Amino acid sequence: MINILRRKPADQSPRRLTLNILRHNPADPASVPQLQAYEIEEAEGMTLFIALNEIRATQDPSLQFDFVCRAGICGSCAMLIDGRPSLACRTLTRDLGKSITLAPLPFFELIGDLSVNTGKWMRGTSERLQTWIHNQTPISLNTLEERMEPELAEAIYELDRCIECGCCIAGCGTAQMREKFVGAVGLNKIARFRLDPRDNRSDDDFYELIGDDEGVFGCMSLLGCHDVCPKQLPLQTQIAYLRRKMAVIGFE
Amino acid sequence: MDVIHTDVLVIGGGLAGLRAALGAKKRGSKVIILSLVPPKRSHSAAAQGGMQASLGNTAKGAGDNEDIHFEDTVRGSDWGNDQEVARMFVHTAPKAVRELAGWGVPWNRVQAGPRDVIIDNQKVTLTEAEAAHGLITARDFGGTKKWRTCYVSDGTGHAMLYAVSDRTIAEGIPVHERMEAVSLIHDGQRCYGAIVRNLITGKLLAYVARATCIATGGFGRIYQSTTNAVINEGIGAAIALETGVVPLGNMEAVQFHPTAIFPAGILVTEGCRGDGGLLRDVDGHRFMPDYEPEKKELASRDVVARRMEAHIRSGKGASNRFGEHLWLDITQLGEAHINGKLREVKEICQNFLGIDPTKQWIPVRPAQHYSMGGVRTDAHGAARGLTGLFACGEAACWDLHGFNRLGGNSVAETVVAGMIVGEAIADFCKTPAGDMHVSTALVRDCWEQESARFSALAASRGTESASALLQRMQAIMSEKVGIVRNGEALTAAVDELKTLLLRSRDIGLRSSAPGANPELTAAWRVQKMLKLALCVTYGALQRTESRGAHFRDDFPRRDDAQWLKRTLAYWRDPDQRVPTLEYETLDVRHMELPPGWRGYGARDAVPHPDTERRENEVEQIRSRLGDAERQLIQQSLMPFRHLLPTHLRGLNARLEDHA
Repeated sequence: MINILRRKPADQSPRRLTLNILRHNPADPASVPQLQAYEIEEAEGMTLFIALNEIRATQDPSLQFDFVCRAGICGSCAMLIDGRPSLACRTLTRDLGKSITLAPLPFFELIGDLSVNTGKWMRGTSERLQTWIHNQTPISLNTLEERMEPELAEAIYELDRCIECGCCIAGCGTAQMREKFVGAVGLNKIARFRLDPRDNRSDDDFYELIGDDEGVFGCMSLLGCHDVCPKQLPLQTQIAYLRRKMAVIGFE
Repeated sequence: MDVIHTDVLVIGGGLAGLRAALGAKKRGSKVIILSLVPPKRSHSAAAQGGMQASLGNTAKGAGDNEDIHFEDTVRGSDWGNDQEVARMFVHTAPKAVRELAGWGVPWNRVQAGPRDVIIDNQKVTLTEAEAAHGLITARDFGGTKKWRTCYVSDGTGHAMLYAVSDRTIAEGIPVHERMEAVSLIHDGQRCYGAIVRNLITGKLLAYVARATCIATGGFGRIYQSTTNAVINEGIGAAIALETGVVPLGNMEAVQFHPTAIFPAGILVTEGCRGDGGLLRDVDGHRFMPDYEPEKKELASRDVVARRMEAHIRSGKGASNRFGEHLWLDITQLGEAHINGKLREVKEICQNFLGIDPTKQWIPVRPAQHYSMGGVRTDAHGAARGLTGLFACGEAACWDLHGFNRLGGNSVAETVVAGMIVGEAIADFCKTPAGDMHVSTALVRDCWEQESARFSALAASRGTESASALLQRMQAIMSEKVGIVRNGEALTAAVDELKTLLLRSRDIGLRSSAPGANPELTAAWRVQKMLKLALCVTYGALQRTESRGAHFRDDFPRRDDAQWLKRTLAYWRDPDQRVPTLEYETLDVRHMELPPGWRGYGARDAVPHPDTERRENEVEQIRSRLGDAERQLIQQSLMPFRHLLPTHLRGLNARLEDHA
């Protein structure tokens, strides 16, 4: 898929790119949100990580954005790239047009320019959904570990791969209407712990956490989350499955 | 001035800091964690391939135990590490893996029966025991005698970080995110917490704590080409250095990872080679067996990285428009294996190189990867020089890794050291030394001093650019303080870094954005990073030998007679331009494993005069005890268990005990 979308590297002179960046500094009372254009010369293998750092180093040192791993694994740099929630660090400019529009991820608290406070929201969601293994048995450090079927371990990891980047929330119709909707990130976590035999919670317990319109019944199945998830998590299947399981509990 | 009080202040929200916080919290301490970023975004998440622990559940891990893990680790360190610490570590690593399993880490498991693997470019069928089915499995990694690296696909660090971070949420430990410790509050004797800058508002706060733990990771970003995340700037180590009383240990010991994708520097895991991947040159020739007939691609990282650079210098590098590189070939592992066990690697290759590693070779070249050096601590993580200050993880020089760390031992160190240091912090808080008599004037003075520094920098009309200084420093470090070093280049590097340090006092800002102006943050950090760069470079210049990752082509032999010692770098006077170096002797007479050949790499070390006598002693003890229990023999050679918290002293069960 990726190779089909990718343009051939130009044989001629490098492109001049225009990055239109939505800027706003909430710490500055005089700041008004506005698009600001920056021009740079495209380089071979340039990512938005490289482009934004070059702009900050050479043109505008006040520009705010977040990168950590710059390898597509930490989830820090999600933003709207030409309107679509994606990870900026692994987006190559050669896959984009000459004019690129960047905006901060919607829904989350704005820190400044392209930087948003996903961490605060994710911690709150984690506390609310109790996204940890619930098990009262003390862990024995000296004895053989509990056994687990290899396929089950792999199935748990499949859901454990979420990087809490916030793309699913930014792409979610329900989240636009219901501020407290837990989103695909929250529902996927419940699916992950539900699958894990080390977690002693029952479906009744999970129903208490997500059995309402702010949980799994709030989802309108628009599934923008599934389309934009940079880790290709099976969100569509997981949400549908959870909804069925929770509906059963609701009827009882 | 806002003052926040706590028992324990943990600076750093990666695996080491989180695990230490959990230990202290469990013992009843009030704990606050500071983190530059949301903790789940820490660089711990980037550990791909796995964590070493001698569970011995697999066919190729059978017979593994702490003794073998210990020897691999000491050999890997080129005898530069602390052997007592290595013993504490290998003993605790299996407990850490099992604890993490209880917290939800979906470790890959043993599938009983036959399975095809690639070993040394041959397809081999291994048969896993029925009795091992469902236990935690392991893969091969460099510099190890057994397959010992427990893993979760190639997202091991991610899975561990999420489990441990979720645990801290379960325990209600607050993490103050987007906070940076900018100096330690201390009186030259005791540490009382830190002055902290809010990276959203730019405000300075005082955190007053009975115990402070630095767990801020490594400092790879002083190099141009590094696998490290952009937040790995070493500021935690730098603020310890700037106290003037806390030394940084072995800063010249810097690891270069053989397989960073070229030129972006993003890591692809050692698991690629562990699972059967090969290194190839411009002709497609597999060259590592020519240099290392025994371990081949799976010698330790320092050796493989050095051989790769030498091979490129001999004219055998492939090249693209960015320069020369070599190839990592994992095509023989097959699509199913890569899609399942090396999926991050595949994603990285697709996203950053536009290639499919199931069909194409990956361009790689060694890049800076790990800082063996850091805040010098004792075996319990207490920092030298200041009571009440602790350090753990990559930020510390505990000193598990000496001059070269084995793959899979760092992510293991984070949690193991966290388990041990967290207890030590809790112990400290329960002793009279853990009580604190802090003067409000001291706290205010520290706050005002930092506040004045930031104001002065923000208002500076100096002529220097922070980003230009940073880029120059990074270029010097990669060119002159890299894999192959020598006196001439190091002298030139020290000279230029000294000039850059001087110039950094004249940085001027172009912007004055309210809030935490990123330009101000960068300007402030580069001054600290230059001091770290000087510790690395000056330490490397003075160390006239080659040991582990520190290789001098003008002093190519390991010299145990002169250099079996640890470098301690102090910055006592803020105006000094190079660190003051002192040395701490590693005592051969107490080593369980006296210095020898590593089993790979060069074998021409200059012996220490005590080595032969200690070898004889060890031999005598071993023959006297004959076939006694291995734990008893070990205890007679070098007792260590008394150094561990009591609940971590128990023996580790293995499948073979149950057979």
